Amino acid sequence: MSYEILRIIWWLLLGVLLGGFAIADGFDLGTAALLTFVGRSDVERRVAINSVGPVWEGNQVWFILGGGAIFAAWPALYAASFSGFYLAMFLVLAALIVRPVGFKFRSKLEDPRWRGWWDWALCIGGIVPPLVFGVAFGNLFEGVPFGFDADLRMQSDISLWSLLNPFALLCGLVSLAMILMHGAAWLNYKTRGPVQDRARFILPYAATAYGLVFSVAGVWLSRMDGYSMTSLAAPDGPSNPLGKTVLHGAPGWLGNYENHALLWLLPLGALLMAVMASLVRKRAGTSFLLSACVPALTIATAGAALFPFLLPSSSQPGASLTVWDASSSKLTLEIMLGAVILFLPIVLAYTAFVYRVMRGPVTRQQIESDIKTSY
Amino acid sequence: MDIVELSRLQFAITALYHFIFVPLTLGLSVLLGIMETVYVMTGKTIWRDMVKFWGVLFGINFAMGVATGVTMEFQFGTNWAYYSHYVGDVFGAPLAIEGLMAFFLEATFVGLFFFAWDRLTTHQHLIATWLLALGTNFSALWILIANGWMQYPVGAHFNADTMRMEVSDFMAVLFNPVAQAKFVHTVSAGYVTGSVFVLAVSAYFLLRGRHVEFAKRSMTVAASFGLASALSVVVLGDESGYTAGVNQKMKIAAIEAMWDTEPAPASFTLFGLPDLADHTTRYEIKVPWMLGLIATRSTDTPVPGINQLVSLAQTQIRDGILAYKALLAIRATSHDAAPRTLLQAHVANLGYALLLKQFRPDIENATDREIAAAAASTIPNVPVLFWSFRLMVGLGFWFVALFAAAFWYSAMLELDRHRWFLKAAFLTLPLPWIAAELGWIVAEYGRQPWVIEGVLPTALGVSTTAAGNVLFSLIGFAVFYSALLAADLYLLIKYIRLGPDDVLPRPADAFQRGVTP
Ligand code: HDD
Ligand code: HEM
Ligand code: HEM
Repeated sequence: MSYEILRIIWWLLLGVLLGGFAIADGFDLGTAALLTFVGRSDVERRVAINSVGPVWEGNQVWFILGGGAIFAAWPALYAASFSGFYLAMFLVLAALIVRPVGFKFRSKLEDPRWRGWWDWALCIGGIVPPLVFGVAFGNLFEGVPFGFDADLRMQSDISLWSLLNPFALLCGLVSLAMILMHGAAWLNYKTRGPVQDRARFILPYAATAYGLVFSVAGVWLSRMDGYSMTSLAAPDGPSNPLGKTVLHGAPGWLGNYENHALLWLLPLGALLMAVMASLVRKRAGTSFLLSACVPALTIATAGAALFPFLLPSSSQPGASLTVWDASSSKLTLEIMLGAVILFLPIVLAYTAFVYRVMRGPVTRQQIESDIKTSY
Repeated sequence: MDIVELSRLQFAITALYHFIFVPLTLGLSVLLGIMETVYVMTGKTIWRDMVKFWGVLFGINFAMGVATGVTMEFQFGTNWAYYSHYVGDVFGAPLAIEGLMAFFLEATFVGLFFFAWDRLTTHQHLIATWLLALGTNFSALWILIANGWMQYPVGAHFNADTMRMEVSDFMAVLFNPVAQAKFVHTVSAGYVTGSVFVLAVSAYFLLRGRHVEFAKRSMTVAASFGLASALSVVVLGDESGYTAGVNQKMKIAAIEAMWDTEPAPASFTLFGLPDLADHTTRYEIKVPWMLGLIATRSTDTPVPGINQLVSLAQTQIRDGILAYKALLAIRATSHDAAPRTLLQAHVANLGYALLLKQFRPDIENATDREIAAAAASTIPNVPVLFWSFRLMVGLGFWFVALFAAAFWYSAMLELDRHRWFLKAAFLTLPLPWIAAELGWIVAEYGRQPWVIEGVLPTALGVSTTAAGNVLFSLIGFAVFYSALLAADLYLLIKYIRLGPDDVLPRPADAFQRGVTP
């Protein structure tokens, strides 16, 4: 397999991992974010928490694996993006530290203040990551101020405030609305009683909000300056981002869509699935499956617009990271592809097994009969 | 403090903090597997209660392990960007495979472990428990392959076109002898930690005369598993010493505070006061031959001293400068073959030349004084290593003694008869954590100034974010982690005080409410 093909495969796998994260961890982030809304009493909140209790931990590994796989396959991207978005990453990490502890510790004491505190921690821990990831994605389209010296040491000057530009904030809202919708779809499917009612109530609002901000972001994107590669280093050359020239300006970000009209199916599909998910909310299982397509299609929409860029640079455009010059060596990509082919099917198989074992709704009665061991 | 010191401090704090929870997870998960196996084989429900009670404590600890591990995974990118760029091609792979092979396994089956007692058959649940234990141990394997490579960077080469290390032989990375020695030593240390935990908490119950049957059975398991693990920590710790002796001579010399090469076989300094300024060790008490045996497994290979290693480093730095000059020539005329051949000849010492970067950016023009200073900077903090190592080893022998006693008394069925023994077991509770943290200090602090031994100096590995950002996150983590640790300890102590009778749901609980579980 050629280096070029491997790089494309790993670009696709990057999408698969981000998608896996957004789908799997997405609904438990959404559940946590909605916690104080869907659960008014302690036992209602416990119903919501226990609906993700047995699975959120495995879901979170999609996030960890995403980090690990970017490190292994796109080390330059791993280094530049995480150090560039330093404080934003700190916020996400803080949220993801609070969550595991919150799930586990919350119901271990009876004290209502203790529980109330953790409920809010879980709620914030569910809101911050999707918001920050959306903002980060939005900044990719704006370009990020960074460059490299001859030793390929990154020089960057990115402040947290510069990341909070209007377009990026809009993308943050897209991502947040999407996660809220997905969480509501999950609660609607997995719980019964008032928790389910409230989730079913909020679902169409979240889906509509998503549809609106997603469309606005799309229109905005079509008017924004884009990045394009004007001289290409060989697509199978060594991974050194300094060997190319990049232009910032017209023709904008929709070049790939103009060249391949079929790509329009991705954003249209995302919108359609969101609408459908809220329309069929009485058939909760179908609704959840439809809502699970939305994160995948949303990420694919963004990825298709960016290709071949991974992280465009606004201050030294030639130093932008692209699919052709930010990957690992050919050998590493091969080894890692082997590892994915070997392990991912096994992971999916036992994950499916766990969901099957834990199938069926979570109800108030279950929590009350198992008051000591459930979350 | 500059960004290097802040990043080092943050890494040290978060890693040591992660490693408060890791060893207990490693040890308890296997102990849970053993207890549940006994339950499935004998059908006695007290064994299931044991799994459930220790399982609750396991769960509290596991959540903290996961929470702090997430920080570790992303910290390479946030704080060590140049490091990630420079070695990500090699170092990232084991980390990613760890996610695929280990984290998914442990994190998925931990859900079944807690939530599926009523949904799985006893055999299925037993398998879930063992898969959880397997996952945690795999995770240790892969992260230690990554960490072992930092100590002994085999199977990789420098690529001048991409300015980084790249894999040339993945099998060599996998079967790195240092990684293997580290894995067995660290995992055994985890088993010791788990066993001491069960032993000490059970001793507490027995001292109070509570849950006697429960505590005695738990102690029996901990005693035999702990004895085997404690022995293996000591024996395999020696293996760590040997592998470090082969490729990290400076570390061994520093652990020993051995300033000058001794004629073979070198003696082992049992006690002494190393002095960094004078390069001497005062009041030494020596055991003849011992060090030569540990570090070289022979009586005729000399163990080199610190001063000799520093002069060797000077030669290596000069050689590395030639490699760096070749690198500059390659950048200027990328198609010439001559500088590439030159680079090949000297590339092994390129990392040594990079040590000069802390003195001047144009290292090809370094003066003799700067070279001497860079060579001197390869000496780690001798007194800290010297004492940390001795304390760890001392504790290792104490654990062997304690578990031997526990094993003997449990065989004699006298576990609850000797209060001095129960008190000693209880007081040992914090010691395995101290030993394990000291172990990491020996391994990591002893590797300074290198982040990748001989390849990349720590000071170069950092990101170029503002130092203020790192200070902010450092304070943030410190505050955050302290609060979480307080909550964690509070819950653990509370649940231990409650004891199995109050923590576990009794069939009566469900019966009273008129529902069946
Ligand atoms: C010898 C063992 C060992 C060592 C040296 C480390 N870890 Fe660890 N880690 C574990 C053993 C472990 C574990 C036993 O598998 C944990 C601890 C508790 C737990 O829940 O799983 C874990 C959890 C854990 C998690 C959460 C996994 C999950 O969601 O299940 C991550 C992301 C990391 N670790 C990452 C790291 C990184 C990047 C390290 C190095 C810098 C590191 N760990 C050192
Ligand atoms: C297996 C995982 C690892 C563990 C458990 C671990 C553990 C430790 C410990 C205990 C320290 C404290 C030493 C001191 O007193 O400073 C430390 C320091 C450090 N570690 Fe590691 N480490 C690991 C992997 C790594 C990796 C992958 C890096 C790469 C960047 C790294 C870089 C550092 C640095 C820069 C310091 C600070 C050194 C100092 O302050 O002297 N470590 N680590
Ligand atoms: C006679 C007893 C012991 C000996 C000879 C010994 C030896 C060593 C050596 C030489 C290292 C450094 C390896 C390196 O620098 O790469 C080390 C590291 C370490 N030790 Fe020990 N040790 C002993 C006991 C213990 C005990 C009792 C524990 C904990 C319960 C422990 C936990 C660790 C850990 C966690 C590390 C860091 C990981 C590693 O480098 O393997 N050790 N030990």
